[in-house]
Amino acid sequence: MQWETVIGLEIHAQLATRSKIFSGSATTFGAEPNTQASLIDLGMPGTLPVLNQEAVRMAVKFGLAIDAELGRSNVFARKNYFYPDLPKGYQTSQMDKPIVGKGHLDISLEDGTVKRIGITRAHLEEDAGKSLHEDFHGMTGIDLNRAGTPLLEIVSEPDIRSAKEAVAYVKAIHALVRYLGICDGNMAEGSLRCDCNVSVRPVGQEAFGTRAEIKNVNSFRFIERAINHEVQRQIELIEDGGKVVQETRLYDPNKDETRSMRSKEEANDYRYFPCPDLLPVVIEPDFLDEVRAGLPELPGEKRARFESQFGLSAYDASVLSASRELADYFEQVQTVCGDAKLAANWVMGELSSLLNKDNLEIDRSPVSAAQLGGLILRIKDNTISGKIAKMVFEALAAGEGASADAVIEAKGLKQVTDSGAIEVMLDEVLAANAAQVEQYRASDEAKRAKMFGFFVGQAMKASKGKANPGQVNELLKKKLEG
Amino acid sequence: MHRLTLAQIARGLAAKDFSAVELTEALLTRIGALDPQLNSFITVTAEQARAQAQAADARRAAGESGALLGAPIAHKDLFCTKGVRTSCASKVLDNFISPYDATVVEKLAAAGCVSLGKLNMDEFAMGSASESSHYGPVKNPWNTECVPGGSSGGSAAAVAARLIPAATGSDTGGSIRQPAALTNLTGLKPTYGRVSRWGMIAYASSLDQGGPIARTAEDCALLLGAMAGFDPKDSTCVDQPVDDYLAALNRPLAGLRIGLPREYFGAGLDPRLSDAVMACVEELKKLGATVKEIGLPNMQHAIPAYYVIAPAEASSNLSRFDGVRFGYRCENPQNLEDLYKRSRGEGFGAEVKRRIMVGTYALSAGYYDAYYLKAQKIRRLIRSDFIGAFQEVDLILGPTTPNPAWKLGEKSSDPVAAYLEDIYTITANLAGIPGLSMPAGFVDGLPVGVQLLAPYFQEGRLLNVAHQYQQATDWHQRAPEGF
Repeated sequence: MQWETVIGLEIHAQLATRSKIFSGSATTFGAEPNTQASLIDLGMPGTLPVLNQEAVRMAVKFGLAIDAELGRSNVFARKNYFYPDLPKGYQTSQMDKPIVGKGHLDISLEDGTVKRIGITRAHLEEDAGKSLHEDFHGMTGIDLNRAGTPLLEIVSEPDIRSAKEAVAYVKAIHALVRYLGICDGNMAEGSLRCDCNVSVRPVGQEAFGTRAEIKNVNSFRFIERAINHEVQRQIELIEDGGKVVQETRLYDPNKDETRSMRSKEEANDYRYFPCPDLLPVVIEPDFLDEVRAGLPELPGEKRARFESQFGLSAYDASVLSASRELADYFEQVQTVCGDAKLAANWVMGELSSLLNKDNLEIDRSPVSAAQLGGLILRIKDNTISGKIAKMVFEALAAGEGASADAVIEAKGLKQVTDSGAIEVMLDEVLAANAAQVEQYRASDEAKRAKMFGFFVGQAMKASKGKANPGQVNELLKKKLEG
Repeated sequence: MHRLTLAQIARGLAAKDFSAVELTEALLTRIGALDPQLNSFITVTAEQARAQAQAADARRAAGESGALLGAPIAHKDLFCTKGVRTSCASKVLDNFISPYDATVVEKLAAAGCVSLGKLNMDEFAMGSASESSHYGPVKNPWNTECVPGGSSGGSAAAVAARLIPAATGSDTGGSIRQPAALTNLTGLKPTYGRVSRWGMIAYASSLDQGGPIARTAEDCALLLGAMAGFDPKDSTCVDQPVDDYLAALNRPLAGLRIGLPREYFGAGLDPRLSDAVMACVEELKKLGATVKEIGLPNMQHAIPAYYVIAPAEASSNLSRFDGVRFGYRCENPQNLEDLYKRSRGEGFGAEVKRRIMVGTYALSAGYYDAYYLKAQKIRRLIRSDFIGAFQEVDLILGPTTPNPAWKLGEKSSDPVAAYLEDIYTITANLAGIPGLSMPAGFVDGLPVGVQLLAPYFQEGRLLNVAHQYQQATDWHQRAPEGF
């Protein structure tokens, strides 16, 4: 039987506010346990929450960016359950009236097509603390630094049909929240976490299959692997005559498998009700206008502009707009060198492989945009050839010069364009290869064409690559024709 | 000295008839001598009180002259007091030393009040008799075999017995007004949002409101003036200027339109209490008020609505008492579930458990719409009843309670009978309007109260009417024998 995969994702993005969503404590990652927990975060009797306006602003930014319905008012609700790292015995979240309503996000697939993924809602909530099970000999330590950190939970429609699409969607959300400056996107530190709802159904069937939810998958790679694994598990289960049960599963990256955490029957009844300590949040049109006016250019807009303004291909434009930092880098290179296509080729080519090799993010690139732009300028004005340019690039990457010009100067890589000098050099090359010259002159057109490359190679070698290749070709032809 | 009201104390201190230290010592002695009969205090903070009194005297010597500078009070034991046990009269918080002060505590201390201690109450403010305290029941100074009402029963008993001139209380369904009525005091529940809830340990967040209990309306005005006001730490606190309550006291009542809700005078009301209320009405008429009958048709739904909403919120508010971070923890927990079950099972008393269970049930999947949502609808209806009524009248008047104080233990086995004692008071909490109870006579030697209700933020009007009534009557001046 042919199976279709149906995926919906819940992404928790930790908002990059300086303080927590309901208290003034700092949100910095990695502080000593419980040093960033105030009376409110500890759930002290008598304490009350006060909503962080910045968190609201960030959520609204996101809502505007996904073209969502932004209701005039939204309501915080309490999600009640007991857990040691949940200090109040409830999580303050949003249920019936989330801050961000229905919206959508377009993602680019590998085949170049664009797919629109529906976003059901996004709501604000507070994070819980952390339970630390090591180091406490049969006991559990509680660190409440993270308790009260603002999260935006972004819930997609079940529009995703493969693990690859899921990854593309998460990458698009990742890029978007970073573009908006509302989340640092650091998945290793848990700033962006993903729950995957996965089900399968026979192709052509309309009704959804029973889904399993895979909790807290925290890298693009794991998302793909966890989903693929879960799809395989479900298909095998059904084909063996079994049934998928609705449950929460955990992905174990070490064993590359998902395993059951709790079933629907064991699920909590969270007893949601509107939080009486917080008033409904009313989004005034003025506030909305103000946030809208402050929105940066979004990935989709940037992609379109890269195509129209710079004449880049859809693929190049989408790669270069994938992150705000990469796009900014590219645009800076383009500004310096004035050639978008060369800039795109270099950023996506040499620069990308350099970064990949050393596993670096663009903001830690050893070659700055100004340096790369300067390098491309020298290709354009024939100071160096493309081949030499790669050498210069490597030198810049190794920190062997402050600019392309400095490297070219220091290493004497400047291209020779003086035809007199090139002629002298060519004469020497031809003299040293007299036998081949004889042979060349005796050959027919086809054979000559083949042999020509040999002389070019020898000439370039003799000039240590510095001779202008165009001039070498032209002058060499003349001399050989004799 | 113990017979003085706050206003008289202010004059005495200003005239240097006595010092705050002298007054504090006198009252501490009196508490030591008499409170064993009443059990109104959970904690007496003698040392802190002496220090505060000395500071108040020093401030006065330095030229300060606030009306509350050196005024002795005590706090209901649900207001967090830094460095002092804040127990909510529960075993769960018996070991809880608050690391911070409630806004109310902070404001009164800033005004110069001297806090003598923490007052007994129903556990977590759940009750109408102050019998459910972990520290034992509070007794009514008018008859120590009777309850003082609740949940602010310790506040009421201590003030009625002249152990302190005034106290803070909190009112979720009548917990200031009902004990005030049962002990011959004046008690005010302000408009929801008038007084900060920061540091007032929550029972039902959307209904809880702190307020003063004193012997006179004038004293309530003094205290409320210092307690009220916007607090950025409480999102439900309203950012609106505080009226000059003292200035409001002396307005004449001529032309005041009083509404008597027919629903307040039906079955269940002790006829002798009804007579007392009508006598009060006659007195107010003499002062220039006009009276008409009004209807509050949704009042009959108030108790069921209240006993869904309040327990629902309480079930969530009390979840934090889990034995993990503070408060009572059971011995040798075997695992997490055991820790939760036994810490809470052993820590909470019967009434608190009952309300947690009722609230948990009401919020459960499948029941939420039928209980919680319906109760919220009733709440809106009750609010519109009041808003409609206040189109016609300036003030609503009725009995505070259907009966005078009852014997200890009499209703503790029948929770519903006790819940019915709240019938006249809980509508004000559901609607969020202010209400005041003032002494209005005696039935069988036990005091009874009249309740006044006013539109939002009209605390000044309540205090004005009560003060004018108290200028014309002397019910409020009567003290229980032996105190």
